[in-house]
Amino acid sequence: MVAATMKRTPLHAIHARLGAKLVPFGGYEMPVSYAAGITAEHRAVREAVGVFDVSHMGEFEVTGPDRNAFVQRITCNDVGALRPGQAQYTALLTERGTFLDDCVVYRFDDRVMIVVNAANIAKDWEHVVAHKRGANVRLKNVSDETGLLAVQGPGAEALIAPLTSLGVAMIPYYQFAPGKVAEVECFLSRTGYTGEDGFELYCRGADLERLWDALVGPGRGAPCGLGARDTLRLEAGYPLYGSDIDDTVTPFEAGLGWIVKLEKGADFVGLAALKRQRLEGVERRLVGFRVREPKSVARPGYGVYLDGRQVDVVRSGTVTPTVNSAIGMTYVPRSLAHTGASFEIDVRGKRVAAEVVKLPFVPHRTRR
Amino acid sequence: MARIPDDLLYSEEHEYVRRSDAENVVVVGITDYAQGELGDVVYVDLPKVGTAYGRMDVFGTIEAVKAVSELFAPISGAVIEVNTALDKDPALVNRDPYGEGWMIKLRIKNPGEFDQLLGSEEYEKHIGA
Repeated sequence: MVAATMKRTPLHAIHARLGAKLVPFGGYEMPVSYAAGITAEHRAVREAVGVFDVSHMGEFEVTGPDRNAFVQRITCNDVGALRPGQAQYTALLTERGTFLDDCVVYRFDDRVMIVVNAANIAKDWEHVVAHKRGANVRLKNVSDETGLLAVQGPGAEALIAPLTSLGVAMIPYYQFAPGKVAEVECFLSRTGYTGEDGFELYCRGADLERLWDALVGPGRGAPCGLGARDTLRLEAGYPLYGSDIDDTVTPFEAGLGWIVKLEKGADFVGLAALKRQRLEGVERRLVGFRVREPKSVARPGYGVYLDGRQVDVVRSGTVTPTVNSAIGMTYVPRSLAHTGASFEIDVRGKRVAAEVVKLPFVPHRTRR
Repeated sequence: MARIPDDLLYSEEHEYVRRSDAENVVVVGITDYAQGELGDVVYVDLPKVGTAYGRMDVFGTIEAVKAVSELFAPISGAVIEVNTALDKDPALVNRDPYGEGWMIKLRIKNPGEFDQLLGSEEYEKHIGA
């Protein structure tokens, strides 16, 4: 039963009309799948194009003269390396160097936007505000009025191109441009969470329905829910906050060392702890695994064992449509973090064998 | 809207029982409502022919993308046939739960247990349809 306090996106009525199964997620009532089901929605994204309402994501706007220096201080990647029109995958860290959240930063001419996970909006906002100190910036939490659609799959560009005068083919991976799509003012970013080519379209919440109607329907994009988003991102080896990464895990442990710029010349939150860990090395690493036992599925929370000793739990795990076997992610001791290493998973009382496989499970086809 | 055929009997755990032409043989599967709640089925783990179960014993597991669920024998009996087609195409459970997506055939011991199952109207009430 969905509690009455759940927030809804502006497309709630449309989701209900499309037969969506709605579940609580990050404080929102969100579609986990539509009538077609997770498998069909997943395939639509791998083979054609799917559209996700991800308006539950949070957006913070940073304006003012110190905006870039401020974002440098609160994120671990190097926002100074961005030109206006570029985006960057990065993270907000704790003083211990662990994830407060992972996020995407957009650099505009006159502002910076930080896009965070729905479940973390409140704590992230508190963190960002607490670190403002003397910085000459204005912070605005625009989460509630911002709509976001992810248009993902090899057909994404062809779907959007006729709806806009923007040269979408000219937008490279992790870059964005403002413009109108289907007469709706938005900005269009070549980013996503599926491992496929695609775009994320940010607009005013009030315009979301118009944008959705232009993008979704027979011969256009398939409506896709959070269930397919999860199987797609798992196959792509992208971590999910709250499952694969959280405030007990550092980027180095999660295999995200590439988003940590120790030498960027700014003293960012978590820097000292990560410098120490860089010297000492990590004790565990996030790995992808495949279950070797037929018909056994390793699900989140199942114990992970090495020589009879529990070392972690399954962080993400299910049978995904493209790989079509039981896969997942977990943390293993560094000595075991190599392809082919084996360990055991407790599947409801039965110890089954699993082996470390290379990430991603399905090669990325994002535009480089 | 989940289909609830009125010629079947149902368990509260969402299995159905279909009486067959053969005396004391029933076909067991999960309901349309159950497959809809589970979502896309990826594996169905079924028992070996000959295994005997008491009423409400676990006879197998069903794995969907988002969830796993145990399968309960709605009635006591011994397995005389399993639907091996589900090995190759577990999604039959989603597409045709009352037909090609059946799971096991049981030779039942005690026809009196039929009385403990729900009729279609009772099952409809049970799922709040």
